[in-house]
Amino acid sequence: MNLARTLLRAGGIGLAILVLAPLALRAMLPENQALFWIGNIFARALIYGIIALSLTFLATYGGFVSLAQMMVAGVAGYVLAITVQGAVPVIIGGFGYPVAILLALGAAVLAGLAVGAISARTNDIYLLMITLALAVGFYRFVETNIDWFNGYEGIRNVLGPDLLGRKFRDPILFYAIASATALSLYLGVIFLVRTPFGLALQGIRDNPRRVSALGYNVMLHRIVAFGIAGFIAGCGGVLATIYNIGISPGSIGLGATMNLLIISVIGGLGHPIGAFIGALLFAIFDTFAASIYDRDRFNTLIGAVFLSIVLISPDGALGMVRRLREGFARKPRAGAPPL
Amino acid sequence: MTGATAATVVLNGLTLAALYFIVASGFSLIFGLMRTVNMAHGSLYLIGAYIGYAVFEPLYDRDLWYAWYVAILVGMAAAALFGILMQTALLGWMQGQELRQALVTIALSIIVADQLLARFGGTPRQFFAPDALFGSTSIPLIGNYPTFRLVQIGVALAVGIGLWLLLNRTRIGLMVRAGVDDRPMLAAMGVNVPLVAVAVFALGAALAGLGGVIGATAQPLAQGVDARFLLTALVVVIVGGMGSIAGTAIGALLVGLAEQIGQALFPTYSVILTFLIMVIVLALRPQGIMGRAR
Repeated sequence: MNLARTLLRAGGIGLAILVLAPLALRAMLPENQALFWIGNIFARALIYGIIALSLTFLATYGGFVSLAQMMVAGVAGYVLAITVQGAVPVIIGGFGYPVAILLALGAAVLAGLAVGAISARTNDIYLLMITLALAVGFYRFVETNIDWFNGYEGIRNVLGPDLLGRKFRDPILFYAIASATALSLYLGVIFLVRTPFGLALQGIRDNPRRVSALGYNVMLHRIVAFGIAGFIAGCGGVLATIYNIGISPGSIGLGATMNLLIISVIGGLGHPIGAFIGALLFAIFDTFAASIYDRDRFNTLIGAVFLSIVLISPDGALGMVRRLREGFARKPRAGAPPL
Repeated sequence: MTGATAATVVLNGLTLAALYFIVASGFSLIFGLMRTVNMAHGSLYLIGAYIGYAVFEPLYDRDLWYAWYVAILVGMAAAALFGILMQTALLGWMQGQELRQALVTIALSIIVADQLLARFGGTPRQFFAPDALFGSTSIPLIGNYPTFRLVQIGVALAVGIGLWLLLNRTRIGLMVRAGVDDRPMLAAMGVNVPLVAVAVFALGAALAGLGGVIGATAQPLAQGVDARFLLTALVVVIVGGMGSIAGTAIGALLVGLAEQIGQALFPTYSVILTFLIMVIVLALRPQGIMGRAR
């Protein structure tokens, strides 16, 4: 299948799901319940799916399990909150949303490149440790720094611009924007990994020495991959900040970092769609955990689910689906790279 | 800054480094032999501290002088027991799958932190050091300094020397060092490698538990401390080099001193100094100061 057809097919299916899901809900559920699903579950799944997509992209095609992606999203969120007009407290302020969002995305790309430059000489488990240290370090920095990040309280009142006569945070409008962003980034990743750059990146994942011998600059490819992942995470960070009406250290701390990893792993590191599947499962779980088990013990529940997934199916929901299909088809296929 | 203040800051840095060394040495030991990144190391610290406290409180209320010493032993034993359970039930059979092990320990750390919160609540707790270690000691140039913090340095030195002797002068240490270099060959020589692995895991976990009780005597114990000590253990071994006791000591010294000096000079930016050290070390020596090239 050539690239254009792949993209068209993925785009068509994606668009159909994103448009039909809310319509089906509105047909099935009462108005307010349908809006709750669209605004609170789907929108959240799309936002965290986008941020998780940056991790899944790095892990699947570069072999980097970077725990710094939530931090990069946080950099975008904080730059938006620091520069935009109307945020409370005013730190720099004064910029309109278009400029502030561009600044935020630029900062996210730079942060991604920096994470790449710091960690790209290492591999596997070392990279995991270094990126985790960076993420927690950034969290502790913003938590203690009042001058730039307003410390523990964070920055509030980031409402987003008005579009088409509606508030940005209007559930339907927000869902549409998040859908469009998620679909473009998803298709962008599908496209990117088939370009010469993407192929070189996968070659480096499998055998850096050989690719290096072919004349490719391995380090540069790795760092650029982190920059691209930074852009993806930045888009998610901007949306998350507007969705949450601001940003505080808690939203990028160790818990948030781990939740992002959980999303990527339960969805499945092996294909970019895993990020969105994981995010949807997580959002549903997060919303309805109270009726399954004690609300206060949500972390125990999510930890236990995560543990079971890692023990039973290390390649997540995607791997489970693949094994089920193979079980029915009785046709062995080349497996995804082991976790 | 006057000379006396500067000396106090440096001494504070040393005492903090001592605590970091105790916690990080266990992390480094486990990683050195098994290549297991124990993301639940901070949880082992919490387990040692909270279980130790549960035993300490009733004894202390009855004014028994040995309450704190019992807490140390119980805290170490509890952490070691949990470590043994982790290694035998979960981590042992996925040996070699490093990333999967890391994910399993992350899941465990989430569950443990939440269960401890459920059992012990969010109220900060603190051990009271026994009378013999309480109060202050006069030190030339600095003046009066809390005795317990000096004890902290003593414990760290004892741990460091003890580990060095264990690894370099005993038969077990010989097996551990051989296992670091070539596990299959060690197994082929008839050594029960999984058993050695469990023993090393227990020792590393016990050190985290020891750090927990000592740490919770010097500063209050609360939720979120596990993240702080996991981060510290990570940075210390990244800077010092994986699996090297000397490297862990150097890393702990650098991080402890950087943290205290940073807080004295530029309080709200002090975290950056720690990370600057990490970035510089990674740029110059990706394997850490004392780490062996891979």
